[in-house]
This record gives sequence, structure tokens and C-alpha cells, in this order.
Amino acid sequence: MALAAAGLLLFLLPLAGLIARAPWNQVGTELVATETATALGLSLFCSLTATAVALVLGIPLALVLSRTTGTLRGVLRALTTLPMVLPPVVGGVALLLAFGRSGLIGSPLHQLFGLQIPFTTTAAVIAETFVAMPFLVIAVEGGLRSLDSRYEESARALGANSWKVFARVTLPLLRPAIFSGAVLCWARALGEFGATITFAGNLPGRTQTIPLAVYVALETRPDGAIVLSLILLAVSLAILIGLRDRWLGAP
Amino acid sequence: MSLHAVIEVNRSGFSLDIDLTVEAGETVAVLGPNGAGKTTLLRALAGLVPIAGRVELDGDVLDDSAVGRHVPTEERRVGIVFQDHVLFPHMTVLENVAFGLKRDRSRVARGWLDRSGLGDKAGVMPGELSGGQAQRVALLRTLVTEPRLLLLDEPLAALDVSVRAEVRRELSRQLAGFTGIRILVTHDPLEAIALADRLVVLEQGKVVQTGLPSEVTARPRSRFVADLAGVNLLRGTGKDDHIELDGGEVLAAPESGEGDVFAVIHPRAVALYLARPEGTPRNVWRARAEDLDLRGERLSLCRARGAVCLVRAARHPRHARRHRAPHRPGRLARGETPAAK
Repeated sequence: MALAAAGLLLFLLPLAGLIARAPWNQVGTELVATETATALGLSLFCSLTATAVALVLGIPLALVLSRTTGTLRGVLRALTTLPMVLPPVVGGVALLLAFGRSGLIGSPLHQLFGLQIPFTTTAAVIAETFVAMPFLVIAVEGGLRSLDSRYEESARALGANSWKVFARVTLPLLRPAIFSGAVLCWARALGEFGATITFAGNLPGRTQTIPLAVYVALETRPDGAIVLSLILLAVSLAILIGLRDRWLGAP
Repeated sequence: MSLHAVIEVNRSGFSLDIDLTVEAGETVAVLGPNGAGKTTLLRALAGLVPIAGRVELDGDVLDDSAVGRHVPTEERRVGIVFQDHVLFPHMTVLENVAFGLKRDRSRVARGWLDRSGLGDKAGVMPGELSGGQAQRVALLRTLVTEPRLLLLDEPLAALDVSVRAEVRRELSRQLAGFTGIRILVTHDPLEAIALADRLVVLEQGKVVQTGLPSEVTARPRSRFVADLAGVNLLRGTGKDDHIELDGGEVLAAPESGEGDVFAVIHPRAVALYLARPEGTPRNVWRARAEDLDLRGERLSLCRARGAVCLVRAARHPRHARRHRAPHRPGRLARGETPAAK
């Protein structure tokens, strides 16, 4: 009991500290402060773009995953879930080595097109997608595996080609899984820190998202850091409440 | 139009090896215990499982493993109806029925729904339908595409007994108006005999018997068929409190309804007497025991005069032997008569 209480306190105390120290009368002014507003806007842009990219790339990936078997499936699964367990900083370093100016892909990109990815907003989006997409892939793949294959078989027997089956039957039936996967993916992208700061840097207005702004502001403007933290906390709570039936409802 | 199929499917621990020919306009019931390979056969015909062998429908070769030919399901014009309707849950009934149509979709689908008395359900989502309605919609959804081959996978099995008769009637009517080939898979002999022109009995992936329902039930060649032969299924016309059988006999059966009906008489409900019995039996027929055939330990086959043929269960071989009084007219009495419409 005592240990359980200690465990619970470990979760509760920091939250209490954050709320107790919150400069409630300054929330309004902090929110409109240029740095805060910029970080907030950038965070929303990057996380939403990352979610969109994850949807476009992640759903087909989940389809392939759900339809492969054997060794190949194991390898693909390990690859897609790796970013979930990999320390984000390592992910950032890896991204830098791939897309950096002398990197595997970054080097030809730079030489041929003069493109430079690291330390740009694009880099922040790539970093967030890298870290967050597995959440979407796993959720959609789970949805696909629990899908009764006879829906698709019925559609085919009714003369629907692969594309029509996918667009009119598979995708609509997957909507709940896609939705919860996208929300989790977005939440993870919004809070991304390690890979972003390593790969995209900490440039206000270009790559400085809320988590990075919190980290910096804690030294110079603690009140601003607390307000930004509260925003992230509110978002997390909202997601938890919104998805409670799906994630917390089952006993 | 006809179907010729030589199908071999081998999976771990299971193999299907079948040679089936079905002529135009015929309804074939594939009957067999669970795990006999009935569903696999349907899925193979629909092109949903890879096979070794050859499937030819209406002159088109749909499968020929010898030359590596396989026509995908969506190009076969083969309709399949599953045990539980499998209607698309995110579409209305109308959208479900219109799914397989190419042009004038909404109008054609509505016409089919109206003709089946389901017109008022057009805008309803499948989740709001009863089991029987959902299965009728599923049947329509397949029929509107005018398949050349209609595959029915235990279409009534998932339904409540109370609505099964209603859906069976609808199914029977729809099948009569359908010009393609019909293959019905079932483990329910009643369903098979009621709907099919010909039975194919499948056990452990092989055909053990095929023929007219009456032939198969009269000369069962396996335990499974012997069990199903125990069903006395009489066809006739319901007249509210009695049924006029097609052979001219009259069967007293309260609440038998009006119109085309099947009467099911359980073999255990049939008793034999040498003299006219005293007491309660509602239906007493004078009959001649023509055939005393012990299958396993429980069946004896008796033939009443007229067209009625009843099967009676003998609880024990010795018990059955007592009735061995060949060619002496006896009386056949029946108790309860569950009537199936």
C-alpha cells in the first residue's frame, strides 16, 4: 500500500507543483507574448503536418504490415516500432547522419538541388514524423488485423476492384483505428523534444517548438515555461479524456 | 450455362478433393458435418482460395492450375452470401444494395428493395435491421449484380428459429426467380431438402453421396446421411388447422398457416400399431410396412400407402424386430406435428 501510494505520489506531486506555481494571472499575457505565440503556432504547424505525413505514409505501411507473414513481417514490424523504443536523441543523430549536408541522402540532395534539410522547419516535421508515426502504424495495423476479412471479400464478389474495396470498405471500417492512431501520433509529435533539438536545432520561429521553448524559458522566464507546460498538460488531458472509452474504458 | 469444377485444396491437416457438375437453373445443396470442407468449396468457387484443378462456368475458365489461370473474384460474376449478412455497417441499406451496381444504381437498388417489401428500410443502417431483414438485404445485394453463380454459405444458420422460416420462404422465392446456378452450403438437412433440387453430401473433404433428396435419404451411405434421413419432411398446403399433403393425405396440425408449407415429423413421434390405436393420436394412417431397414441402431423405414413415406425411429433393434410383420397392414399413428412454413 505504502509503495503504491509512493508511486501515485510520484505522478501527482509534479502535477501539483506545476499547478501550484502557475502564474494564473499571467496566463493571458504569456499566451500573447511573441515568443510563446510563435512557439505555439510552430508547434501546431509541425505536429499537424507530421500527423498528415504519418497518415499518408503510415496507412499504406500498416496495410503492408498486416498482409505480410513470417520473417519479413517480423523485420518490418521491428523497423517500424524501433522509433518507439529508441531514445529520441539517437533518432535525431541518425536523422542528421542521413539527411545532414554530408549525410547518406543529404549529401546528394545538397549537391544536386542545393537543398539543406537540418535546422529547418522541414527537419522539425521530419523529426516529429519519425518519432510519432509508429503510434499510427500500430493502431491502424491492429484495426486491420481485427477487421473481418469477409467485408472485403463480399465487396470483391460484388465486383469491386482493389481500389474500390480499399476506398469504400476498408478505409471507412478502419476509421476508429485511424482516428485514435492519429490522435496518439499527434500528441507524441506535439511533445517531441530530443530528436527535434538534435536534428532541427532550437531556432525561434523555425524549429523552436513548445517543448524546446519550455526548456529555454525555464532559465530566463520561468513563468512563461510554466504557462507553456500547462498548455501541453491541458492537451494531454483532453486527449486522455477524449479517448477514454477506447483506452481506459476496458477493465 | 453450367458449372464444371474439379477442385483440390490442401492445407495443413485438411484436404478438399471434389468433382462437381451443376447444370443451369439447378439448386445444389452441399450438405455435410462441420469441418467437411463445405465453406472451403464455396470460397474456392468464388476465387477466394487458391486451388489445384479447374473451374469452368458458362464456358469461361475461371481457374486452371495447369496453365496458371486464375480469374480474380471481382471479375467472376459469382455472388456469395455469408452466414451472417456481412452488410457494410457504414452504409445505408440502399447503399449496400447499390454497391455492386454499375449504372442507375440508386433507382435499380430501390426497385429491388420495393419488390421485396424492404422499401421502407432503404435509408436505415444495417445495425438497425433484425437478423432476418439483414439477411434478406444481403441476398438482394448479391442478386442485383446478376451473378452467374450464386453461392449461399449457411444463409439461415445465424438466424433465430422464429424468423428462419420466413427468410427461407423469401430465399425459396428469390431462388425460383434466379436464372443462374445456385449452390447452397448447409449442415441443416431440412434447409437442404426444402431448397435444393439435388444434394451433394460432403464428408472430410470428399463427396460421399449425391442425388435427389429422396434418393439420398432413402439410401443413406454414411452415418451423417443416416441421421439426416431421420427427418420426415412432408410438403403440402396449409389450411389453418390441417395440411393437405401433396399425395392427397390430410395431416391434422393446428396453426399450420395458409399456403405452401413443410411439415416436419420427428421419427420418434411416429408409432406403429397392428390394430387401430385407442387414445390420443391426432393423425392415424393405415399403412403397409414395406421396408424395415435398420441403420445403426435407430432407424426403421416404413412406407404408408399413398405417397406418404415416414421414417420411424426404433429405440432398440430388438424393439424394432417386434414389428417385423411384413405385408400385414398395420396402423401408423403420429403425435406432435411441428409444421414449418
